[in-house]
Amino acid sequence: MTPRSSVALRHTIAMISATAIFTLGLAACGSSDDANKGANAGGGGGACNGSGEVIFWHFFEDREADVITEAINNFEAMCPDITVKESGGQDDDVIIQAISAGQKIDVALSSAGDQVGVFCSTGAFEDLAPRIEADGIDMSQIVETAASYSEFQGTRCTLPMLTDSYALMYNQDMFDEAGITDVPKTLDELADAAVKLTTYNDDGSIDTLGLMPFTLYYQMTETNFAVTVNARFLNEEATASVIDSDPGWPVFFNWQKDLIKRLGGYEKLNAWFAAIGNQWTEENDFQTGRVAMMFDGEWRTAFIADQAPEMNYGVAPLPMSSENADLYGAGFLTGNVIGIPQGAGNADAAWSFIKYMALNEDAQVQMGNGLRNIPTFLPALNSPALEVDEHYQVFVDAAFNPNSMTIQSSLIGPAPQEMLSAFIERWQSGTDTDLTAGLKNVSKQVNDQLSLAGVG
Amino acid sequence: MSLAIRRRLAAWGFLTPMLLGIIIFFIFPLVMTVYYSFTSYNMLSPPKWNNFANWKHLFGNDQVIGKATLNTLWFVAVLVPVRIVGALFVSWMLTKARRAGGVFRTIYYLPALIPPVASTVAFVFVLNPGSGPIASILGWGPIKTVLSWVGFDNPGFFADSSWAKPAHAFLALWVLGDIMVIILASLLNVPTEQYEAAEIDGAGAARRFWYVTIPNIRPVLLFATITGIIAVLQYFTQPSVASATASGNMPHGAGAGKIMGWPENSTLTYGQLLYQNGFSYHNLGYASTMAVMLFLVAGVVMFFLLRRFSDFNPEVAS
Repeated sequence: MTPRSSVALRHTIAMISATAIFTLGLAACGSSDDANKGANAGGGGGACNGSGEVIFWHFFEDREADVITEAINNFEAMCPDITVKESGGQDDDVIIQAISAGQKIDVALSSAGDQVGVFCSTGAFEDLAPRIEADGIDMSQIVETAASYSEFQGTRCTLPMLTDSYALMYNQDMFDEAGITDVPKTLDELADAAVKLTTYNDDGSIDTLGLMPFTLYYQMTETNFAVTVNARFLNEEATASVIDSDPGWPVFFNWQKDLIKRLGGYEKLNAWFAAIGNQWTEENDFQTGRVAMMFDGEWRTAFIADQAPEMNYGVAPLPMSSENADLYGAGFLTGNVIGIPQGAGNADAAWSFIKYMALNEDAQVQMGNGLRNIPTFLPALNSPALEVDEHYQVFVDAAFNPNSMTIQSSLIGPAPQEMLSAFIERWQSGTDTDLTAGLKNVSKQVNDQLSLAGVG
Repeated sequence: MSLAIRRRLAAWGFLTPMLLGIIIFFIFPLVMTVYYSFTSYNMLSPPKWNNFANWKHLFGNDQVIGKATLNTLWFVAVLVPVRIVGALFVSWMLTKARRAGGVFRTIYYLPALIPPVASTVAFVFVLNPGSGPIASILGWGPIKTVLSWVGFDNPGFFADSSWAKPAHAFLALWVLGDIMVIILASLLNVPTEQYEAAEIDGAGAARRFWYVTIPNIRPVLLFATITGIIAVLQYFTQPSVASATASGNMPHGAGAGKIMGWPENSTLTYGQLLYQNGFSYHNLGYASTMAVMLFLVAGVVMFFLLRRFSDFNPEVAS
């Protein structure tokens, strides 16, 4: 080797090494863990089996975490041989990563039913059926829709622990001012009311809006609109998309496009949207009177009581398309599910804790009142101790409604909803104008994801 | 034991910690990532070999990756030069400051100390077209009239698909303090004799800047370019936080994947799409394919950049 070629070789090696070091971060990024003391009505939520420490991961933070801590304290008082070590602020992504890394978690609480398919089908969460059978738990004591989203294709690996219910909320003062006396029950009535309630500034821009038809505006989501047109994302087996074949979706899309036009067009609405107030603060548009109607969950009643106590508002079931008028009263339910992750070190004590959180009347009432979520254990839902006012009652009624819908869980998590949502964004802005082709395209994307996940 | 063997063992002894680090934190993850890229894997079940399905999807069926790639390239092409040119300008101004230079240095550097999440949230509020101070200024009568003549009529910034990426460029420009300090140090190190000699030779300010300043600070500019490209290829936090805040959904993290790229995927980056596939949709096999692709592209770009510019090679530089 000549000195010149030796230097050249060293330069090449140095450059390859430097390149490897510079890209090291990128690779890491890409590849980037017995006493029956409660009133349980067949739920079994008062039995204390096992002992020792239970490691409990949940997603709540701040004020809401305090409510969970209070429930834990009550459980520890009931079962003094078991202590619960809680870890808040852990979302589903973190829980899944922790389970895959073999981290010991005895009980995990997930915020959304759309992960149940992954939890149950992969064995990430223990099948609870043998424990339910051994304890003789009466599953009919759980709200039916909540019971359905907490299992996946016959495997019950979680129990529901409180649920969210959605409805139409409206500003009564703005209704009175606009002379609207009847709450909209159909999508057509909703659109008429939205137009009537909308006011404009001198320059033609929107001042107050009757209803924001864009999805991604707070809880005006594709899942809530799916209820209004009785549409599905996946087939019953969750193996293929039906977004392009369900007759409900075109009804929604055409209704939305028509309303956008009636309210002044996308540009005007988008300019109004740009000045949005934060959903979770007192700046919330509904609470400040920027918008007269919106879909939202039962928790909003607690936010209004806290942040806008003087507000004069009403709650009604989600409006339905005229084709589905007979379904009026149905809502959309999804909520927290609780289970035992694989590799749990103290599964028996964990099961006692789960039963308390999901199947104990007192615990469900305490958390329902504290979080203003809907209890999923029927005795708690019927308990006189549950603080129910006229607003909250609408959400409770939707929870009982047999036609209420829930999330369709699958092995690809929220991909179907998110992929449809992306198309809706392009549709409402006018970027995409071919509805049939667009829906076919969304279905193809969903099916591709299912295929990559080894489904179908 | 001979001296040569002892020396060799000593060398290996010194090298071992580094080699272990490279094997554990670089080679092993890289090999596993390449393996996962040929599997269907959700982290919770054992990976299943699926041949080239992920790669076929990457090159043929993924309808979002093109948009994410273009957005990422836009950020690389705009954010990196904007930050460097902005930092160079501010540094040059600071070298001219005769008074309160320290105060100005501190003022320009301060935004770089703010955590990215906080600075992004603050910036979204500042640019909020309804209540932000910038909107108030831009909406003031005469200014509004003038701006409307040039088509700059009350932009939605982070909430407008046409303005969301430029809004990120403004944010990047605001937090240029990290690059500014190294460029400033480099500018202060340029020998004054060279400027004097150039001036005697009749060179004006522009020529002095081009023929004296730039060659002297070139290694620093190259460093800023390379680290900037790497950082922007992984651009994730700022667009995620901006989308969540501007859409009114902060601070709740649930459904974060849905908000990524908002509005209309205008700020969806390659890194975000990778995260979405891997951790929201549980297709970690496909996410690994995307990671391998990113690794290859970034590796090739860095290889050619380092080959083209020899400033980091001690033998050539000397």
